[in-house]
Amino acid sequence: MMSAYVDFIRIRFLMMLAYRVNYYSGIIIYAINIGAYYFLWQAIYGDKQVLAGFTVAQMTTYVAVSWMARAFYFNNLDREIANEIRDGSVAVQLIRPYSYLAVKLMQGFGEGIFRLLLFMVPGMVIVCLLFPVSLPTDPKVWAIYLVMLFFAFLINTQINMLTGLFAFFVENNEGMMRMKRVIVDLFSGVVVPIAFFPGWLSVAMNWLPFQAITYLPTAVFTGRTPLSEAWGVLGVQVIWFVVLLVPILLTWRAARTRLFVQGG
Amino acid sequence: MLYLSLFWEYLKNYAKTRLTYRADFWIEVLSDLLFQGVNLIFILIVFQQTESLGGWSEAEVVFVYGFFMVPFGIFGTFFNLWNFADRYIAKGEMDRILTRPAHNLFQVTLENMDPPSLFGSFIGILIMAISWGQLDLVFHWWYVPMMALLTLGAVLIYMGLYTALTAISFYSDAPTGILPLMYNIQNYGRYPVNIYSRIIRFVLTWVLPFAFVGIIPASYFLDAKHDDMASLALYTPLVGVIVFAIGLFVWNTGVKRYRGAGS
Repeated sequence: MMSAYVDFIRIRFLMMLAYRVNYYSGIIIYAINIGAYYFLWQAIYGDKQVLAGFTVAQMTTYVAVSWMARAFYFNNLDREIANEIRDGSVAVQLIRPYSYLAVKLMQGFGEGIFRLLLFMVPGMVIVCLLFPVSLPTDPKVWAIYLVMLFFAFLINTQINMLTGLFAFFVENNEGMMRMKRVIVDLFSGVVVPIAFFPGWLSVAMNWLPFQAITYLPTAVFTGRTPLSEAWGVLGVQVIWFVVLLVPILLTWRAARTRLFVQGG
Repeated sequence: MLYLSLFWEYLKNYAKTRLTYRADFWIEVLSDLLFQGVNLIFILIVFQQTESLGGWSEAEVVFVYGFFMVPFGIFGTFFNLWNFADRYIAKGEMDRILTRPAHNLFQVTLENMDPPSLFGSFIGILIMAISWGQLDLVFHWWYVPMMALLTLGAVLIYMGLYTALTAISFYSDAPTGILPLMYNIQNYGRYPVNIYSRIIRFVLTWVLPFAFVGIIPASYFLDAKHDDMASLALYTPLVGVIVFAIGLFVWNTGVKRYRGAGS
């Protein structure tokens, strides 16, 4: 049974590989966005050395790494699930002897491996050549960051699944998916590190899963969060991973009983 | 006159199709605004840490952002051709367009009209009004026609650039990632261009003139800065006409190469 799931990873990876050319322009787009924020932050810092606990050098690294992490963890599982619900192909999948959600996760993982190897890594190399990004020298930081990156992927995928599953309950969740995308980008800290948010908002963020996707891991990677606190960060990620399983499974249970296919 | 009545018919048609899904309409408007809102939130958040961005105050940067939203919303209303290559070339719908007498670009843009984008323009005007109140500047009556003229120039720049880029699909059938590329580059135009390196500034002013859709025309209404971008503001309509002419030329030449779909 396990080998079937592994095959889903492999197939999705190969499928993505066939369309790899589409992702070359993606690298340029991410580099452009990183560039825009790099210059903005340079101007925002001006003569100041430290803002919200970030030095200028750390901020540059933060911008580069957070965008490139997004290049890895980003996927369209929400749209895939919603489309399969809407066109009814989910019904066929429900009678197959596998867990639909696990298959989706595996497919997302296949895409993730592709994105890591052919998008994030080459993108990171290019960005490091273009901008003064300072990477950590301690191998322990790298090791724990990779684990955190994996959990960032899991949590983001869970949020995507939850959004996609809402297609069971509403006829069109297109707007919801778009809003989710904006909210995740903002609240995960890709656009602005959460430390910059006004007090009440950053307190609110502590109680939401989004910061575990980008802000917390990247803050460790840039050195703003010392390595001694890194285990706590990892703990937060693990907790969110477990907590998010609950609404997904509940939604899934409620959803299967009310599949409503439009057109079919 | 024909074009005006055609426009009205297309608009009625649009309304009829959209009224079937009323809730979607508002959700689309809301998510559009949220999309724009993130940039505004970015500006508001960073100005808690600093007083100026390359010599521009918070109210000024917000004003520029408000201005940026106006032509962008109008452009978004009349130019929604992001899947042009797929729908009109690969599927051959261009055949239908070309058998009709009205100009093909006019038909194609109106078929894909997206009026909800206009809400962004209204919000932009609102943002400009609010930050204007904070800026404490003199308001002349001729600012209104001036703003309309500069907005028109900015819309023409968008139209020209994206028309030319969309027309690329007449020349090459490989999917080009150039449209999303451009979409991301234009974000540079909403912030003071003096914060960028010299090369980027040159590109944004003279090659891909995205500085002319935001920061340059908006600076016309604000206090003079030391690098005096406002002196370029009056060139906005001229740049618009030139860029649009280029775009139209690339399009018209491209349409001649259209061969229809196989089936």
